[in-house]
Amino acid sequence: MKMKALVKTFYLLSFTALMFSACKTNQQGNSAEKLAGNIRIDGSSTVYPVTEAVAEEFRADYPDVDVTIGVSGTGGGFKKFGRGETDLSNASRPIKQSEIDLCNENNITYVELMVAYDGLAVIVNPSNDWVDHFTVEELKKIWEPAAQDKIMKWNQIRPEWPNEEIHLFGPGVASGTYDYFTEAIVGQAGSSRGDFTASEDDNVLVQGVAGDKFGLGFFGLAYYEENMGKLKLVGVDGGNGPVLPSIESVSNATYTPLSRPLFIYVNSTAAHRTEVQSFVKFYIDNAPQLSKEVGYVPMPDAEYTKQKNIFDQFLKTLE
Amino acid sequence: MNNITKNHIKDKLFSATGIFSTLIGLILLAVFIGDIIVEGAGRINWDFITGLPSRKAEKAGIYTAMIGTVWVLVLTTIISFPIGVSAGIYLEEYAKKGRLSRLLEVNISNLAGVPSIIYGLLGLEIFVRILGFGNSLLAGSMTLSLLILPIIIVATRESIKAVPQSIRDASFAMGATKWQTIQYQVLPASFGGILTGIILALSRAVGEAAPLIVVGALAYVPFVPSSPMSEFSVLPIQIFNWISRPQHEFLVNAAAAIIILLIITFIMNGIAMYLRSRWQKKIKW
Repeated sequence: MKMKALVKTFYLLSFTALMFSACKTNQQGNSAEKLAGNIRIDGSSTVYPVTEAVAEEFRADYPDVDVTIGVSGTGGGFKKFGRGETDLSNASRPIKQSEIDLCNENNITYVELMVAYDGLAVIVNPSNDWVDHFTVEELKKIWEPAAQDKIMKWNQIRPEWPNEEIHLFGPGVASGTYDYFTEAIVGQAGSSRGDFTASEDDNVLVQGVAGDKFGLGFFGLAYYEENMGKLKLVGVDGGNGPVLPSIESVSNATYTPLSRPLFIYVNSTAAHRTEVQSFVKFYIDNAPQLSKEVGYVPMPDAEYTKQKNIFDQFLKTLE
Repeated sequence: MNNITKNHIKDKLFSATGIFSTLIGLILLAVFIGDIIVEGAGRINWDFITGLPSRKAEKAGIYTAMIGTVWVLVLTTIISFPIGVSAGIYLEEYAKKGRLSRLLEVNISNLAGVPSIIYGLLGLEIFVRILGFGNSLLAGSMTLSLLILPIIIVATRESIKAVPQSIRDASFAMGATKWQTIQYQVLPASFGGILTGIILALSRAVGEAAPLIVVGALAYVPFVPSSPMSEFSVLPIQIFNWISRPQHEFLVNAAAAIIILLIITFIMNGIAMYLRSRWQKKIKW
């Protein structure tokens, strides 16, 4: 009995939803050009919030286009993209050679488009009163593989710092964020010491550094901005003096080397479809506003114009 | 101190340890549920339950993920129930006791301990790619069925074992075949236990995110699945996705979604208890 009632409720629910969506279609069907179909997107969980925001707004204009987004990670996304299983791939780093090879094997051509910037913030505990900034060399000394079991105390980095253990927190090794940080700091993507607390969930890293006076961590700038009271942001000196990450310093690329672009990759076969073309154009047009809303840094206007031209050129080569 | 007092002290000690061990689990559960309810209960309303995914935490809802979860549950039941129960009956009633059947038994028990992500990878290769089901509800449900089959088989066997041999002997003595004996005596007597096992196994499946992410369940699905071949999302993936967002409001959403997931699990456990008590009342020897 209970089961039946439950099932009934759910059918009712889904029926109501169907009615609602049907109404919506009728209202908007006249104003917008009729586009239908589905667009399959997968990839980076870092880029996900931007793409989700774009998909949500796109749906308001084109309710008959079903956009779905997965979060397999940048690498997992490219595996599917390289087999032609997805139309677009979200990526928080450029495509790797092995992934390009996979695309070639399956005769998949694509275009790479930048959609926003993200800053990687280097963070310490608020009660840490000795660190004013890090140089890239110092960060490298802390994070490179050779540091394992050797660089264990703060005063090994600068002698005037306390003789206390340093506790490291960073994203999991499968994430694009980790790849980018190691590439920018250590010099080789995916190469770092192994004895740090790793989590795929950046909020765990926030908790870790917030609760540890001798902690040091890195993660996306948005996580710092949501937890400013619990963390202390540290400037990074990439050669021209220490710079704190901010919307401005990330956008105008003075915060180097820890500003990174976020990408979408578009499959050329999919780009033949009008709904995919509309979606990508809609993406570039709305990315400045939407990327900011979800906590990332918009690129300069000129950069968006450039991406638009790249996509237009790409479409011409398809004809 | 003589031996008798010593033994009494030991007895008291163990009973204290036992009470403590029992309470640990319960207290942790209470703290967890309390924490989640404080955080998320205020967020649950009709809009949350019927809302689509959104970048705005206050607008985002769980509708498609919840319906996806229900779809997965129903399909997983349809797939795993007949296979698991048949395998259990075969192993307990038909299979000749010997080396081969022992080998089978050991391996099935081992399968119950394989990490769920491994099933995800297996499902991706077999169901998604070789059989060509794509990132569909069907592929996801089949993967979860594989995951819980060992649990169902073990539960079925345990329930069947509990049926007294004398009942079978009596049935055979009346001239019944093996299948008749199973159909009219063994299964009715053990069905309460089997159902409980299945529902507990499904309760495990309902909380899985890892294997489904591998198989291709999605985070953003703005429509309700229309067939077993549809793409889908489930509640644990929605929760996982929200927990990893920087904005605190998404954590509140995650807590609210966890409450809904807990309610689904509790309802299922309730059904299991109800069915077991009903079946037990029916049996009179």
